[in-house]
Amino acid sequence: MSSQFPLWEVFVRSKRGLAHNHVGSLRAPDAEMALRNARDVYTRRQEGVSIWVVPAASIMASSPDEKDSFFDPAGDKPYRHPTFYDVPEGLTHI
Amino acid sequence: MPEGYRKTLIRQIAQHAHSEIIGMQPEGNWITRAPSLRRKCILVAKVQDEAGHGLYLYSAAETLGADRDELLDLLHTGRQRYSTIFNYPTTCWADVAAIGWLVDGAAIMNQVPLTRCSYGPYARAMTRVCKEESFHQRQGYESMTTLATGTPKQREMAQRALDRSWWPALAQSMAWGIKRFSNDELRQRFVDATVPQAHHLGLEVPDPTLHHDGQRWVSGDIDWTEFYAVMKGNGPCNRERIATRVRAHEEGAWVREAAAAYAAKQKARTGAVA
Repeated sequence: MSSQFPLWEVFVRSKRGLAHNHVGSLRAPDAEMALRNARDVYTRRQEGVSIWVVPAASIMASSPDEKDSFFDPAGDKPYRHPTFYDVPEGLTHI
Repeated sequence: MPEGYRKTLIRQIAQHAHSEIIGMQPEGNWITRAPSLRRKCILVAKVQDEAGHGLYLYSAAETLGADRDELLDLLHTGRQRYSTIFNYPTTCWADVAAIGWLVDGAAIMNQVPLTRCSYGPYARAMTRVCKEESFHQRQGYESMTTLATGTPKQREMAQRALDRSWWPALAQSMAWGIKRFSNDELRQRFVDATVPQAHHLGLEVPDPTLHHDGQRWVSGDIDWTEFYAVMKGNGPCNRERIATRVRAHEEGAWVREAAAAYAAKQKARTGAVA
């Protein structure tokens, strides 16, 4: 029966100002139950100030098999990083 | 992911999950008889943690394509196992204290290396579990300290509980594949860590051959005949544990059905995503 409940991914924000992080998943019949169960499963020790639950079916994920080609466009652009550039010795604040 | 690796992982994670939820029973039996409100609150929190650990682990197994109901079915029909340690009874309150100190202590020894195992969702679940197990072990030791420093009768209860739990806890290191240290090494670490804790309580470890060789504590041989007998289903509580688990599952069926029916009705009314 529990496997027939939809799967929800749980995101917890540990404190104000930080982003929500993925902490795990759970099964629940609806969003409200998912939220309450997420509180009991993932924040029993005040680990969060905010919880998101997202139906796992709604998440579109990049394919692990296409990882190389998918992320390839960024591979040959080291000039996007500040470390690409030479800074004259002795100069600061740049 | 290689198929053999996936299958081994599912089996290990499932057996770990089963151990967590069956592990709720020996201590759950004492919630209504805890000696004080403080101990009762702590015990409820601990047993709730075990349920949580089970959930993290079943979720991790699902990420590998396992079906949760199928895993529970394998447990209920005896086709998958759980840790043999939970087939021993908790005969008095001191056993509850000893379980926290020794069984959870041994579990930490086994689980800390798993926080760096090769499968991310399992490793992350283990990180959470280990943090929480640390509370379990300490509350058990505190409870043992209260008994060991109490009346002569309480002291005797503490010693007897140690006598009962020592060998099963030592044998608990299971022959699991996905870990980084050998069972013998994990067991040695447990002995080295735990013997001084027993001595601190003024209790005697029930092993006449136990001695320190100048570097490590050397313990006697484990009676594997008993271990395998308990594992194969002939421990004091095997049948009772599974029967209790199956009954809880069956008696909870109407709750799951009602929740599903309510969700379906709400969805039909509002057309909400679920």
